[in-house]
Amino acid sequence: MNRDSGTRRRSGTRAELAGARAARRRQRLERGLLAGAGLVLFAFMAAPLVGLFGTASWSEFVAGLKHPLVWPALRLSLITSSASLACVVLFGTPLAWVLAPSPRGARLVETVLQLPIVIPPAVAGIALLLAFGRRSLLAALYPSGWSISFTTTAVVVAQVFVSAPFFVQAALSAFRRLDPHLLLVARSFGAHPLRVFARVGLPLAAPGLLAGALLSWARALGEFGATLMFAGNMEGKTQTLPLAIYTAMEADLRAAQSLSIVLVILALALLVGVRALLRSLETAEPR
Amino acid sequence: MTALRARLSGRIGALPLEFELEVARGTLAVVGPNGAGKTSLLLMLLGSLVPEGGRIELGDRVLFDSEAGIDVPLEDRRLGYVPQRYALFPHLSVRDNIRFALQSSGLSGSELETRARESLADLKLDAFADRRVTSLSGGEQQRVALARALSVRPHALLLDEPLAAFDIAARRETRSFLADYLQRLDLPTLVVTHDAGDARALGQQIAVLEAGRIVQCGSWAELGARPASRFVGEFLRV
Repeated sequence: MNRDSGTRRRSGTRAELAGARAARRRQRLERGLLAGAGLVLFAFMAAPLVGLFGTASWSEFVAGLKHPLVWPALRLSLITSSASLACVVLFGTPLAWVLAPSPRGARLVETVLQLPIVIPPAVAGIALLLAFGRRSLLAALYPSGWSISFTTTAVVVAQVFVSAPFFVQAALSAFRRLDPHLLLVARSFGAHPLRVFARVGLPLAAPGLLAGALLSWARALGEFGATLMFAGNMEGKTQTLPLAIYTAMEADLRAAQSLSIVLVILALALLVGVRALLRSLETAEPR
Repeated sequence: MTALRARLSGRIGALPLEFELEVARGTLAVVGPNGAGKTSLLLMLLGSLVPEGGRIELGDRVLFDSEAGIDVPLEDRRLGYVPQRYALFPHLSVRDNIRFALQSSGLSGSELETRARESLADLKLDAFADRRVTSLSGGEQQRVALARALSVRPHALLLDEPLAAFDIAARRETRSFLADYLQRLDLPTLVVTHDAGDARALGQQIAVLEAGRIVQCGSWAELGARPASRFVGEFLRV
């Protein structure tokens, strides 16, 4: 009797074990399936990078960099993207500061500010031409025969237009993360708006602002479509790195590749910087 | 002696608010359950929430008068404000928190430094003066917040749930320190709390708030002897 129930229990255990093993196999299979599907996209995303870096030898890369298009374009890109970043930060920070406390009334303004993220760059280029170009309403204010379009300034204008949303969005969320009591307390001492902004808002939101500035700079550096439409593709004047890549492609793929590698390395450095900043932001958050 | 007098009306959501209070000497503890309108009352006095109607006086200054169209901005009301969790500036040291307040009030130079030293000494903060505020204990943070609020010599003091952040053990000690300190301080003080025990310890006068209005005001003994309503009786028995 005793032994009977004992064997029954053992055989029951064996069946249970087999069942558990099957369930585990099934779990492994399902997990593998999900991971496999994800891996397909990852491999696809990584392939262009591998192509870009894997098909160039060091000497080819260096030779490509000696192409006459490269240095004027690199120089212009650095100058214009720095200028556009300065504009974006100088005007975008106060804008975000003013919008931050009023989430409801600001929604329309925020939507307008975000639009450049989703509209195609070519459309942005046309819109900029119609707003600031030779046939715009503003043209009446220009000296005759002159227009901002197709100048180096136009490159900066296009970059500001497409990159500002990234900074403003980051600045908005950085300011909204601030404890509103900090601002109330500062005001209760008699601190005036500029002081609250400069001594409380800016330092506490600094990591978020910096991360936004880096993102915005990366976007400006990569700007192509709107620049082409609004500023053109003139060597030394409006031909930034992405436009130089486009031009070089037609004659010398190696030069285009070298330029691309330079841009990818810059972008990668920015991305790593932004992620490190955002991480420090999360860990430094009090409470 | 300045007194803080207020008669205010407004609303939060659908709840109409109607307050009338006076704090002359000592501490008035405004006590009530969550949602009774305590924080709204405090923010109206402070000047960050605009009442629909009424009048606020601080000594002989009118801070708000809906009929006369007076609304003195928060920056010029000279009210000391210690919010819940204190809102110390996390990027500044203890000393710089106080110096920030003094600079904001328009002081500079040796006068500022003297006042900062006095404030630190008054709340026995000298030993922590150069520490980051984030490294302090709750009780120490509360002292910094008090020192900072009082350094600019406000004409009245507003405290929002000053003891809510403490566990039971630390609460008793901090409560008796705060009660002693406020008693010695010759300043009209209003403390908002949801805890009847805190109100009893801190307030010479206690105003019980229920659904947007003050249902009874008096000393703890008076309220205990003749509670104006069942709510007051039950609330104070906690």
